[in-house]
Amino acid sequence: MSPEIKASTEKKIKELMSRYPKKQAAILPVLHLVQRELGYISEDGEKWVADLLGINPVKVREVVTFYSMLSRKPLGKYHIQICSNLTCSLMGAESLIDYVSEKLGIKPGETSEDGKFTLTTVECLGACDQAPSMMINTDYYGNMDKKKIDKILKELDK
Amino acid sequence: MPEKILTKDFDVKHLFKIDEYMKKGGYKTLTRVLKELKPEDVMSEVKAAHLRGRGGAGFPAGVKWGFVPKDVDKPKYLCVNADEGEPGTFKDRYIMTHNPHLLLEGIVMTCFAVGIHTAYIYIRGEYENMAVRLENAISEAEAKGFIGKNILKTGFDLNVTVHRGAGAYICGEETALLESLEGKRGNPRLKPPFPAAVGLFQNPTVINNVETLSNVPCIMEKGADWFVKQGLSEDGGTRLFGVSGKVKKPGVYELPVGTSLKELVYTYAGGIKSGKKLKAVIPGGMSSPILKPDEIDISMDCASLMKADSMLGSGAVIVLDEDVPIIDVLRKVTQFYSHESCGQCTPCRIGNSWINKIVKRIYRGEGKKEDLDKIEKLASNILGRTLCPLGDAAAMPILSIVKKFRKELESFIKG
Ligand SMILES: Cc1cc2nc3c(=O)[nH]c(=O)nc-3n(C[C@H](O)[C@H](O)[C@H](O)COP(=O)(O)O)c2cc1C
Ligand code: SF4
Ligand code: FES
Repeated sequence: MSPEIKASTEKKIKELMSRYPKKQAAILPVLHLVQRELGYISEDGEKWVADLLGINPVKVREVVTFYSMLSRKPLGKYHIQICSNLTCSLMGAESLIDYVSEKLGIKPGETSEDGKFTLTTVECLGACDQAPSMMINTDYYGNMDKKKIDKILKELDK
Repeated sequence: MPEKILTKDFDVKHLFKIDEYMKKGGYKTLTRVLKELKPEDVMSEVKAAHLRGRGGAGFPAGVKWGFVPKDVDKPKYLCVNADEGEPGTFKDRYIMTHNPHLLLEGIVMTCFAVGIHTAYIYIRGEYENMAVRLENAISEAEAKGFIGKNILKTGFDLNVTVHRGAGAYICGEETALLESLEGKRGNPRLKPPFPAAVGLFQNPTVINNVETLSNVPCIMEKGADWFVKQGLSEDGGTRLFGVSGKVKKPGVYELPVGTSLKELVYTYAGGIKSGKKLKAVIPGGMSSPILKPDEIDISMDCASLMKADSMLGSGAVIVLDEDVPIIDVLRKVTQFYSHESCGQCTPCRIGNSWINKIVKRIYRGEGKKEDLDKIEKLASNILGRTLCPLGDAAAMPILSIVKKFRKELESFIKG
């Protein structure tokens, strides 16, 4: 079964592919689009991408498992990623991770039952000047503390 | 305040838009370069400017460009390294957010100098919003004829594409970046051959960091002599030092290469938070060996830090105060490298994960007497025995922490 990819996305993908002398080079941009559309990279999604790029599905799987941003499991509507690297830890990230984990009732790497939240820890996000920092989907949040977390989660839970 | 080069107009609102950038004189130099100069003029100016790479290794940019064979019948590529994964580093984000056109102008000049018609900006996947900003900037530049076909009617063509990574620190290493761009796992390649000869799609390729390329427009505007004079050491120009951790004012500070680390921490970043005492400084990103307080009266240039057995790396300064237990630092460092090793070389894969296991054991209070010696032995075994520099980048900071803080680490090991 082929996954449901919108015609507009497919058009975008074709345009992307024209930017590289070899089709396979477009795999990361294409997988990003597929993940945005399907919420994750399903097995059907992998096969679809393999067909599109004219490569073996095993090659797609190899890539999907290498990169931490690509997910083979459905992600929550809000993907919360908290940096657990050095500067953020110095500034209190570890207790924040515990705090969020307790509040949402999920451990890092898990998704809440209602599919609303996924919590993960990540390596340095390149925002150490605002440590502790985190991301929700594509947006950065800096200088986090428990109060700010409460406020943000309340907004999202509306 | 010393003169700023890259960040001088950062307080201009909407500088990221081409009209504002041009009001500040942007793309003027590019026009002159393309219409009046030859590619070799650009290359020799950048060589004379002693512009060292800002990505980590500090290799002179002009010299690197010179390695690309001139008369080959193959396409050549520029890969802009915007992966910014070295823990502690956030300066390229700053450039791309505030002044994407400065980077683009540098890219066009560089491609003109080396005879390149295709450039890819490999940007870390998390920087999605910045990737969009860059794409918009490219469209603006195309509309004005600074990028695309027949640029400024000079006959020079250049395509620029933003390519997002997907979360893997190793892809910042230049050959892993090439593998990743080709659509594969980011496993570093054996060198030689070097990318200048055999790079992207097996063709000659230049790889430079965002900050490195952003310096090219001002070198071409004001000349190599002026640029060299901006630095306090042999190297030219300024650096965007990113200071984070236990300082009063974390942030990016553009200062002359060769500024004292002590001045950077105490004068510019405001000194240590809450009146605490300084414990140590990591001067050039997590891969750089740690410095104790009596070692920070040092000039921030490649040669001086190398003499102190550390390195300038990406210019990312992480400051630790007296309250930070050193075992926490060691735990974060070893966790990072064991997580990010690509696994191709046994000493790096096994060594880093084993060291991390031992460190976690010490952290839990279950350390054994011989553990520190074991860590030193495992780390020394990685040094010089791996395919890519990540092995050394892991071993060096670990060895420096164990050596300089041995007493404190021993105090975590009871029996
Ligand atoms: C493990 C590892 C990670 C690296 N990550 C980056 C990075 O995120 N950004 C970067 O510009 N250079 C990074 N480098 C350095 C690159 O390999 C390369 O030296 C650099 O991009 C060259 O550009 P430059 O000469 O302009 O500095 C990394 C190197 C290693 C070994
Ligand atoms: S040194 Fe480590 S990261 Fe580099 S190639 Fe070997 S295993 Fe991979
Ligand atoms: S250490 Fe957390 S953003 Fe860099």
